[in-house]
Amino acid sequence: MISNISSVFKNCRKENRPALLTYIVAGDNTKKKSLEILKSISKYADILEIGFPHNAPTADGPQIQNSSYRALKNGIKLKDVFQIVKNYKNLRNAKPCILMGYYQMVFRYGEKKFVKKCKEVGVDGLIIVDLPWPDNKIFSKLCKKNSITFVQLLSPTTSRERMKKIISDSHDMNYFISMLSTTGGKLKVSPRKIIKNYDKIKKLNKSKNTVIGFGITKKTIKSLKKADGLVVGSALCKGITETLKKRQNPVIKLNKMVKDLKKQIS
Amino acid sequence: MKVVMLVKTSKKLYNQSNSKQPIWKMKIKKGIPLIDQHDKNGFYGGKFGGNYVAETLKKPIDDLTKLFEKFRKDKNFLKERDDLYEGYVGRPTRFIKLHNLTDHLGGAQIYAKMVSDANGGAHKIYNAITHAMLCKRAKKKYICTDTGAGYNGKMFSMVAKKFGLGCKVFMGQRDIERQKPNCDAIRKNGAEIIPVTSGSKTLVDAVSECIRYWVSNCDKVHMGIGSLVGPNIFVKICGFSTAQISKELKVQLEDEFGEIPKKLKLINCVGGGSSAYGFWSEFVDYNKNQIEFIGVEAGGSSKSKLHAAPLSKNSKLGVLHGSAAYCIQDADGQINDTESISSGLDYPSVSPIHCLLKDTGRARYTFATDEEALKAYKLVTELEEISPSLEPAHAFVEAIKIAPKLDNSNIIVVDSCGDSLKDRDIIKKHLGNYSR
Ligand SMILES: Cc1ncc(COP(=O)(O)O)c(C=O)c1O
Repeated sequence: MISNISSVFKNCRKENRPALLTYIVAGDNTKKKSLEILKSISKYADILEIGFPHNAPTADGPQIQNSSYRALKNGIKLKDVFQIVKNYKNLRNAKPCILMGYYQMVFRYGEKKFVKKCKEVGVDGLIIVDLPWPDNKIFSKLCKKNSITFVQLLSPTTSRERMKKIISDSHDMNYFISMLSTTGGKLKVSPRKIIKNYDKIKKLNKSKNTVIGFGITKKTIKSLKKADGLVVGSALCKGITETLKKRQNPVIKLNKMVKDLKKQIS
Repeated sequence: MKVVMLVKTSKKLYNQSNSKQPIWKMKIKKGIPLIDQHDKNGFYGGKFGGNYVAETLKKPIDDLTKLFEKFRKDKNFLKERDDLYEGYVGRPTRFIKLHNLTDHLGGAQIYAKMVSDANGGAHKIYNAITHAMLCKRAKKKYICTDTGAGYNGKMFSMVAKKFGLGCKVFMGQRDIERQKPNCDAIRKNGAEIIPVTSGSKTLVDAVSECIRYWVSNCDKVHMGIGSLVGPNIFVKICGFSTAQISKELKVQLEDEFGEIPKKLKLINCVGGGSSAYGFWSEFVDYNKNQIEFIGVEAGGSSKSKLHAAPLSKNSKLGVLHGSAAYCIQDADGQINDTESISSGLDYPSVSPIHCLLKDTGRARYTFATDEEALKAYKLVTELEEISPSLEPAHAFVEAIKIAPKLDNSNIIVVDSCGDSLKDRDIIKKHLGNYSR
């Protein structure tokens, strides 16, 4: 059986466009609001990445850090993250969900228990930022056994040899980090260069769905259209920060932002 | 090098919570430096340490590992380093008897290893030198690091100046405010202090921010971590460097006593654990009945529940800053706030190597409160011509506690690993005056 994540890419390919993946932090700024945001952007996004916040994030830039601290300040716990996913997934037209976060949270919860819970609430995939290959071999197998896609990360520093090995162990989606940066940094390399690197990865195995993330905004998304999928995270987190500052409703703002992003790549 | 860390005992022990899983008995191997007793994934004792890093850092860490493994055996590299330790750090730091303190307590003989004699005023200089030398050999022009007490930042700023490197020091806003003399020194040496305002604004956040900076700039910048923590290679480089302390001490003990004493206790404060490792590393193979290691963590204020003592207050295993170690955290896995009067000890986790030393029983860990540390500082400075900073003052607390219970055939050596000048303002505030 083909996974929900794979069918998204298949359908997008038919429509001749990349999949749009969004990232927001669960519980930003409250449990209720983040569920509303997910429901609202669900109309335009193809896959929803949902961050489970940690307070020692070693790979996130200021935007996502702000979102994480905001959620934590409001008391978000892992059990709430799972509840948000569960509630969202009860929607009739729910999109695939990928949880993203740091290994410490999984470790504390217990790997097996974590994966089991993910399966139970309807999580489709997992990104663990600081559990690189080959240290993730056992965990990714555990995910696979439970029909959860473990997303492997590839970076501009990953050598060709290493990439081959990572890709051969990967499931149905890989994530290419566009540049040397934490999340949300300014795009400091040209989209042309990013696509060039991306093509090299695709050449190693055409059949693997590979998305690009880090530094993508409304301005740059079009230029990366060639990819199987594009992730926008920090820009959305920044959107939430801005509306909160102006005491506006983040749900409306995020809905519009994601709609605009979709328009750029349709 | 093959190091088999896990020895299956003939009698299988079973974990109580899950009776199907046999417990593997953790052991320390003789004749191999502790820093090298990890498996191929960087774990000590099968579970402490590792390399929990973003994919982007895999290659820089790999490169650094190759560089270090090459140069740690390179004669020219070692000669350059030894020359620096001799001429620049000032080797060896003194080993002195604290006659008045010994007489005052009337028990064990108390000595101090005056690591604060080192250029810059603390043990952090050893690690900084190795990193600067590796940075040069990696052909990088910039170096970055974290700092809590400001000593590590100061030492990196010193070596950066000496080696002609650009230097950024990440430091929590709260520590910038409470460790001004070291901040002044860092800036005077031409390094830039990057204030970190996230989280608790202390060392834990400084290390996170430094790692984040490295993720974005690892192609041009070399990173050094200021203690025996972080991904495996940083633990190794740091331990390799501070080992100088116990190499000196061994010679000094033999000079003083004609042999290694039969009843010796080596007491050291533990933040991340770089100075404790360096103070003990040469003596790991001795029987613990002959040479006991005592690590003293920061117990925080006696009026507060917060502390920075993951080992002695039995924190659970967690993953922080790239490695698994005992770590102060909540049930969900968030890192808890810590508190200590001593910025250098104010860290929620600890080196994987100290986790190994604890679980194998080779070292014993305890804690001292803020108030006890101040009291010990006061007593020591009143009786002796030395002025330890608040970090080693924690170690003195334990020496003062146990010395009266022991007879004078026992030798206690305290690592006085930092100079009090940086704590001038804190000491003045709590004790009314500071003189040096
Ligand atoms: C003087 C001094 N002692 C001890 C420490 C604690 O670090 P470690 O446990 O790595 O020696 C520090 C850290 O800043 C320090 O400055």
